Amino acid sequence: MITYNFLQTYWWFLISVLGAILVFLLFVQGGQTLLSMEKNDIRRSMLINAIGRKWELTFTTLVVFGGAFFASFPLFYSTSFGGAYWLWMLILIGFVLQAVSYEYRKKKGNIYGKNTYDTFLAINGILATVLLGVAVAMFFFGAEFTINKTNIIDTKSPVISSWVSTHGLEAICNRKNLLLGFTVLFLARTQALLYFKNAIDDDAIRERSSKSLIFNGGFFVLSFLGFVGLLLTSEGYESTIIDGVETFTATPYKYLHNFIDMWWAAAAFIVGVILVLYAIIRSAFSKYYTKGIWFSGIGTMLVVMSLFWIAGYNNTAYYPSLLDPDSSLSIRNSSSSEFTLTVMSCVSLIIPFVAAYIIYSWRALSKKPITVKEMEESSHKY
Amino acid sequence: MNELTSLVDWSRAQFALTAAYHWLFVPLTLGLSVIVAVMETIYYRTRDKKWLGTTKFWMTLFAINFAIGVATGIILEFEFGTNWSNYSWFVGDIFGAPLAIEGLLAFFMESTFFAVMFFGWEKVSPRFHLTSTWLTAAGASISALWILIANSWMQYPVGMEFDPAQMRNVMNDFWALVLSPVAINKIIHSVFSGWALAGVFVVGVSSWLLLKRRNVEMALRSIRVGAWVGFAGILITVFSGDGSAKVVSKVQPMKLAAMEGLYHGEQGQSIAAFGILNPAKTHDNDEPPFLFDISIPKGLSFLAEGDLNAFVPGISDIINGVKVSSEGDTLNTVPYAERIAIGKEAHKALKQYDDAKKAGDTAAMNKANMALQKNFKYFGYGYFDTPEEAIPNVPITFYAFHIMVIFGSYILLFFVIVLLCLYKKSLTKLLTDSKPVQYLAILSIPVVWICSEAGWVVAEVGRQPWVIEGLMPTRAAISDIPTTSVIITFSIFAAVFTGLLAAELNILFKFISKKSKENIDNPTI
Repeated sequence: MITYNFLQTYWWFLISVLGAILVFLLFVQGGQTLLSMEKNDIRRSMLINAIGRKWELTFTTLVVFGGAFFASFPLFYSTSFGGAYWLWMLILIGFVLQAVSYEYRKKKGNIYGKNTYDTFLAINGILATVLLGVAVAMFFFGAEFTINKTNIIDTKSPVISSWVSTHGLEAICNRKNLLLGFTVLFLARTQALLYFKNAIDDDAIRERSSKSLIFNGGFFVLSFLGFVGLLLTSEGYESTIIDGVETFTATPYKYLHNFIDMWWAAAAFIVGVILVLYAIIRSAFSKYYTKGIWFSGIGTMLVVMSLFWIAGYNNTAYYPSLLDPDSSLSIRNSSSSEFTLTVMSCVSLIIPFVAAYIIYSWRALSKKPITVKEMEESSHKY
Repeated sequence: MNELTSLVDWSRAQFALTAAYHWLFVPLTLGLSVIVAVMETIYYRTRDKKWLGTTKFWMTLFAINFAIGVATGIILEFEFGTNWSNYSWFVGDIFGAPLAIEGLLAFFMESTFFAVMFFGWEKVSPRFHLTSTWLTAAGASISALWILIANSWMQYPVGMEFDPAQMRNVMNDFWALVLSPVAINKIIHSVFSGWALAGVFVVGVSSWLLLKRRNVEMALRSIRVGAWVGFAGILITVFSGDGSAKVVSKVQPMKLAAMEGLYHGEQGQSIAAFGILNPAKTHDNDEPPFLFDISIPKGLSFLAEGDLNAFVPGISDIINGVKVSSEGDTLNTVPYAERIAIGKEAHKALKQYDDAKKAGDTAAMNKANMALQKNFKYFGYGYFDTPEEAIPNVPITFYAFHIMVIFGSYILLFFVIVLLCLYKKSLTKLLTDSKPVQYLAILSIPVVWICSEAGWVVAEVGRQPWVIEGLMPTRAAISDIPTTSVIITFSIFAAVFTGLLAAELNILFKFISKKSKENIDNPTI
């Protein structure tokens, strides 16, 4: 029986899948922060072309992630984007710069020179990963906003969501949020190194990637452990619905309890962590091992999905308000109507087909790793 | 109130800036993707390397343009949240769906096959490559389709009802959104105008090659494809434009009146083919509307209703609630002053509903809901104090509409002449040897862009002050952010977009110039 509750749960699951794919694909951004590791022009070109052929997938996934959130949980879209204005604007500006940089960097007449576009790529690499991490951290550590829907009929000031006056800058300066931000940055760099090993057939790059994995992977693991420690000891908001009215109560160790209550989320989390660690360790110590990106990718997706599940399921506020707990957002009070979720669920049946043609095209383009010869001969390169 | 007005104005300016820049690149993507696909199809069928070279030349221009289109597009989607957060809640249940579907159905298709198009020449089979090129073109058009469905819904909100418990509108008929007459006309009009624009671009750039006497054969080959695609595009654009005008007359009569600078309508209403508006004219004075005008008798009646003697209401008529039937009878619609009063009643009822809900008084909730539903039709008018607030900017709408029509007519004529020159041997020399004709073709490039942008100015300025027609004024749709923040981001976007546009144009010019000196017909993989 498809109930409203089921649809809300299903859409939160889809959001978790899209979020997980997005975090995996952030290896493109991670790679953009690693371009300086190659001084040799042709090898640098190989790095750029390896990630450059995938940048649009990350970009598109971000847009679809935003669109899906808008369609399924519009109150989040309204509250977070309108409230944490500077956080989102900085993320978007980074993506604007990225979108033209691959295509323009080596084109004659690009006005600003190749180095400027490479700097744009680095800016996007850092902003996108760190700030998306900050944005997701607010799902656990909360944000400073209030909601009053009655304001919609206040003709002088008809705004329903209010945020503190710093509009997202306070979230960027929050140490807990930043910890997740840097975790995502180093995860993206780690994955980029694993991807380079897989997508580029060049001994020097593979060797350098393996070496670099030790530092980037190590830093990622440490920051990830720090984040997990904070998360499991943090309080979250438990939601209770009485007579149709949802209220929220601060609950210590809420996310730890969620893992205990939802064993399958804990299992996904643990399996994901093991896969990522396996990929890092094996790739770091074996120059010729190139499949790490797939283990790490699946592992990353499992971990991210499990984090979304403990944020949104088990009567939890996925966007806790630090100013007014009852303004917090849950998948119940922020979702679209049953009708819209039903329509969107029908549309979502196309996702397997979309995934199939993306995988097919990815394989067709990446069957053979990039070589020096290809870079020297191809007329279509970044 | 001043702070609110300022915030609304800057938020509108930022959105307009982003949309205007975005629309510089989107129509070229829509049309050029089709032109490139046609060229590659000819190459696939003939295996003639000349067509491969031609395809690759235009495909590179497509890629340069595509990148910056993507860059400006991402901002637009998220600005609904960042700058119009109230809107996102009030109608997100309806508006979010087309945006999400666009991403899922179209954007992935476009970006996935775009990569195959550019990097797949040696990696995939020719058939798969050609399919990818067509799918990129299809993805671009499907993307436009869903965005235009969303935009059309803002002009003509259908398939929804108001849920007082949630203080928002909810969808109740998805197909009403998708198949609304506004959406169908707008999709056809916008997508095919992209074909016309790209056609002019191809003919214009090719004319420059002819002017320089470089790659002459390739230029003529390109003109042949560009002119046919462009001609088909402008023909369909004109016909759908006529359909759009008829729909606008029914669902947005105030916009139509502003487009024509019409204050007092009549039966057999003439249309101003050209005119200079009288700045002193307001809806409630007796000044003449034009300082100078050239009118076509009964033209507007025919345009709006398909009937030479139909009554077309002007701005003052609409405000005062005057309408005349086809039989000549005066019918009174609801005057704006009354709509405002009804709208305020709806607001009051909603407040009563909310109070009763908080008090758990079901009977009072039902009573308030009945009053709300009775008055909800004019809910949006409840935000106004005077009827004047509901009038769009007449000069901008009027001039943009007339620029669009005049330039659009020129483009139609342009393609007719180009096709005549192509197929009538005695005239082909005009294309290859006549410098004035070549310059005219080159200068037509900015003309078609101005025409295209003007169309959107009509659509968006003409519907003000509404963000959702009759339901939500723009000023009620905003986010709670300081005006200074929006001024800063506006300035950043203006600088970044302008800088990137300059880079794009320079790259395009350099690429065309450099390539023109090579033999384009002999490409390297």
